[in-house]
Amino acid sequence: MESEDPIIQVSNLNKSFGENHVLRDFTLSLSKGENLVILGKSGSGKSVLIKCIIRLIEPDSGEIIVLGQDISDLDQDEMDQLRANVGFLFQSNALYDSMTVRQNLEFPLRRHWTKEERAEKAESAVIQALEDVGLGHTIDMMPIELSGGMRKRIALARTLILRPKIILYDEPTTGLDPITAREISDLMNSIQKKYNTAAIIISHDLNCIRMTGNRIIMLIEGRNYAEGTMDELMKNEDPKVKDFFE
Amino acid sequence: MGLERKIDQPFFKEVGEISRFTARFFREVTKPKQEWDEFINQCYWIGYKALTLVSITAFIMGLVLTIQSRPTLVEFGAAALLPSMVSVSLVREISPVITALICAGKIGSGIGAELGSMRVTEQIDAMEVSGTNPFKYLVVTRVLAATVMVPILSSLAIGISLYGGYLGTNIRGEVSWTLYVYQAYDALSYGDFLPSIIKTIFFGFAIGIVGCYKGYTSQKGTEGVGRSATTAVIVASLLVFILDLIAVQVVDILGLT
Ligand SMILES: Nc1ncnc2c1ncn2[C@@H]1O[C@H](COP(=O)(O)OP(=O)(O)O)[C@@H](O)[C@H]1O
Ligand SMILES: [Mg+2]
Repeated sequence: MESEDPIIQVSNLNKSFGENHVLRDFTLSLSKGENLVILGKSGSGKSVLIKCIIRLIEPDSGEIIVLGQDISDLDQDEMDQLRANVGFLFQSNALYDSMTVRQNLEFPLRRHWTKEERAEKAESAVIQALEDVGLGHTIDMMPIELSGGMRKRIALARTLILRPKIILYDEPTTGLDPITAREISDLMNSIQKKYNTAAIIISHDLNCIRMTGNRIIMLIEGRNYAEGTMDELMKNEDPKVKDFFE
Repeated sequence: MGLERKIDQPFFKEVGEISRFTARFFREVTKPKQEWDEFINQCYWIGYKALTLVSITAFIMGLVLTIQSRPTLVEFGAAALLPSMVSVSLVREISPVITALICAGKIGSGIGAELGSMRVTEQIDAMEVSGTNPFKYLVVTRVLAATVMVPILSSLAIGISLYGGYLGTNIRGEVSWTLYVYQAYDALSYGDFLPSIIKTIFFGFAIGIVGCYKGYTSQKGTEGVGRSATTAVIVASLLVFILDLIAVQVVDILGLT
């Protein structure tokens, strides 16, 4: 019974910025262990959607349930606790550019581990997370010294350090060359296997979607316009859906 | 309707926003778990950034003010008053205001640009997501550091500018260091130092708040960051003058002159 429940359930989500109605009654659900892809044009509201899920953006209306908790009921402290279970990989990576890689990875621990825990285990947690993304040697480097693909990996390591149950990826391969993009997709898969995470992946990189996604939701005109596997959607005759697979 | 239109004007909106930001500062500063490490970092950084410029400017101001005041005083046969007159203006007005303006330029723009680029590259969002309160970590520490460091820098500037004044007196005259200090301190009282220190506390706070506000609420894009940095300097400098004007009135009313 427990495992049947979706771990993220978004219902009738609405969000406007002034006259710009970005999300209209958007609905999705994510099951345990699943990799769900959100596909949509640039500016269609994909980032707004996942930022609502982690409550970086306050929706106008609708219900968001994450790991069994309605996030609009949570106070700041409870929300922070929940956020430890939800990793967020920013499209821009959002690495702290005044800090070393080690400090970047240690930053999320400040809130969630006690001082004693940090003194005891932070070092090994950082090394473990860096090894998970294959970049152990960069520990004392600054973000500016890293290539685009490496920065993406470090950002991923930083979300992994708290061992989240869910990871939200915002266009993880956009702006990377095809080879690096494939390496990142591989990495996403291996992480899912190793830590048994579920993920929402925003992407329009068809290779990445094919490699990582189990199911796709098309976000068009603010709605959950079509839903299915890659093969199902490719057979869809609707011109707005077809556009994406040409 | 008339009032509504007025409130809609960008200037009033900005004032409202800054007030709200300041109110949030006072709410967050009392919440538990202070970020002492970051506060110390920021104090160090502000000192490091502004120290050289403040020292050089203070020295030159002391020197120049003395040299330029001499002819007038000589004309009235009051050359002996030179140390007292110069030291009073250096302590009361010139050192604090010059220090604050330099800090508005260096610290205000530095904070505006730093927080602005953290905002547009989503680093502030990343802190939020990782459960660290970015307002507490970034804004509270910087505002407190500016509030503490500007008075310290200003006190230093007072010392250096008085020394500049001494050298200026000595170019022509033959006033010994002891006599100069004696005359200067004779002219000065707590009523000169205390208001001077107190107003620099307000200057520092204003510089910190404006820099943080501009950066923290920066608009997307690289020009947004640039705009945050420049408007932080302009608004902070303006505020320094306005606060100075208020301080003069308050000191006057309290009879501290
Ligand atoms: N903070 C904001 N303020 C105003 N408009 C916003 C904000 N964030 C996003 N938008 C608007 O919402 C729309 C969707 O943005 P976004 O979710 O970033 O698109 P994408 O699907 O490319 O990720 C865009 O039109 C954008 O201009
Ligand atoms: Mg986006």
